[in-house]
Amino acid sequence: MNELSRRKFLSRLTVALTAGISGIVGLPILGYLLAPLFSAPPDELVPVGAITDFPIGETKLVSVRDPSPLAWAGQTADTALWVRRREQSGPQMFQVFNVNCTHLGCPVNWQAGAKLFLCPCHGGVFYSDGTVAGGPPPRPLFEREWQVSGDRLLVRQQPLPTVKQG
Amino acid sequence: MRWLRAIGKIPGAIATWLGERFELEDSVMAVLRHPVPRELERPVGWWYVLGSATLGIFVMQVVTGVGLAMTYVPAPNSAYDSLQFISHNATLGGVVRGMHYFGAGAMVILVLAHMTQVYLFGAFKFPREANWLTGSLLLLATLAMAFTGQLLRWDQDAFWAIVVAAEQAARAPVIGNWLATLVVAGSNVGGATLTRFYATHVFLIPAAIFGLIGMHLYLVIKRGISEPPVPGLPVDPPTYRSRYEKMLARGIPFWPDAAWRDATVAAAAVAIVVVLAALFGAPQLGKPPDPTNVVADPRPDWYFLGYFAILALIPPATESIVIIGLPLFAFVFLFLVPLLWPDGERHWSRRPAAIAAVALPLIAYASLTVAGIASPWVPKLQGGTLPASVTQSLTAPEGRGADLFVSKACFACHAIEGAGGSRGPDLSHVASRLNRDQLTARIATGGGGMPAFAGSVTPSELDDLTAFLLTRH
Repeated sequence: MNELSRRKFLSRLTVALTAGISGIVGLPILGYLLAPLFSAPPDELVPVGAITDFPIGETKLVSVRDPSPLAWAGQTADTALWVRRREQSGPQMFQVFNVNCTHLGCPVNWQAGAKLFLCPCHGGVFYSDGTVAGGPPPRPLFEREWQVSGDRLLVRQQPLPTVKQG
Repeated sequence: MRWLRAIGKIPGAIATWLGERFELEDSVMAVLRHPVPRELERPVGWWYVLGSATLGIFVMQVVTGVGLAMTYVPAPNSAYDSLQFISHNATLGGVVRGMHYFGAGAMVILVLAHMTQVYLFGAFKFPREANWLTGSLLLLATLAMAFTGQLLRWDQDAFWAIVVAAEQAARAPVIGNWLATLVVAGSNVGGATLTRFYATHVFLIPAAIFGLIGMHLYLVIKRGISEPPVPGLPVDPPTYRSRYEKMLARGIPFWPDAAWRDATVAAAAVAIVVVLAALFGAPQLGKPPDPTNVVADPRPDWYFLGYFAILALIPPATESIVIIGLPLFAFVFLFLVPLLWPDGERHWSRRPAAIAAVALPLIAYASLTVAGIASPWVPKLQGGTLPASVTQSLTAPEGRGADLFVSKACFACHAIEGAGGSRGPDLSHVASRLNRDQLTARIATGGGGMPAFAGSVTPSELDDLTAFLLTRH
């Protein structure tokens, strides 16, 4: 006899109903929670300042603002960048670095006297061109794409840089 | 006087009525009076109180946490201000926040102490393996609460701690960048980040903790409290339960014969936290979470400083393995403990390897914590001056060199006569180790962890620096 007993049928029905309704509730919630994975990363160009703000040979801290932040983002809509002016003009004119140490993301600080970026967390050190001078960082400072438009310097927004994104 | 005696009987009558109508005799009282081994009457019973003390602190964390949530605003543009309000303006706010803060430290300490006691007493062995497994998950949950709680402080340290957490998550194989995106809830720490950590800290993890505590306590009651271990009396799974049941037949009721010790220690633990909170208040917030202020010195709370130190001290090549592998190994090992050693000797005196398994990580983590507090690997950026004894009676070039030593940040990593950083070697007597050419070469080209300074000092500055260092015999 291959017949399904009434009791077995009812228990399977109960399990199937519960699983089905959990799925119907769970899928939207899961999609809602995982939404950050599906949103496009930022890549607008945002203004940093006038080119004349950056004397040749110097490295300056600038801040850029997320062009479309959440209304309650407050200060977190700002991001700091280190801008190094290398030449008068041309493709070697600027280097724009993320402030995040390539080790674990703490903000590096420029020491004008020593011409080094120093990280306060685990002691990472970088030269003025972003290459590693000492400590645990596995790679040079992350650089941002930049453009000169008229007399303005623009940089491209990007996600939090991680070692893998490179 | 008869009416007074009659009134005096009312509370007892109410209690009896409630007990009967709510059937408390069969539920609550039966559980409270469950039999425990008679040995717990003796002083060894004091070892069995750590779980209850943890539970007591947990209840306090729930109560103070609900209180804080009544005022805390989990929005990035307001959280910092609302915490300042709680700490300085709200009535008793500083004390409540202080209790929650010191309570968090107490949770970490007590969970680990409870676990250590259970491990050394061999109480995780058959038939109580699942008690250990639920307990291990509770340890994980406690650490997750400690970490997410620090982030809700939403000061500069908290902001950078989230960045560091995301960067660590990104080191995971294959799914690293997805994890990092979920940690910050977007492409960067921003408007969406704090609310997620808040919901995780006040809903998700606590829900898991309530469920796990329920399972943990159910198992404690069902499997019974383990008897104090006796050397030479190993756990033999086929016969253990009948032996244990015989032992319980002449046992004592948990309530009140053993429970008074639990209540005493739990009350003392809570009292200590309240006194600390009343004396010291809430921990000071750091600077506001301004991503554009790069003058930061991010540090985790004290119980994570050892892990912070590991990240600075391990060789960079092994880093991704350590960041992902070490915690993974520690927790997998934790879960395997009762599965690998379910039987055999329970007493610590017969388990020397168990003593080592407790002592070595404890010593290692304590040393790392000390290293984390000192952080000798971080260059000293606060500036300062060389002692007068070093700079007096220098010639002009040597004096210029001494100035350069400070202005070119040599000072940040190298100490002379007690002043300066400790990242690199002490240079108080460097002239007795290196001659002029060696000094010049080392400054210009660096090496051994030191940057090359050829690009940042001129040849004449290099001469002055060398001249100064040659005075350091």
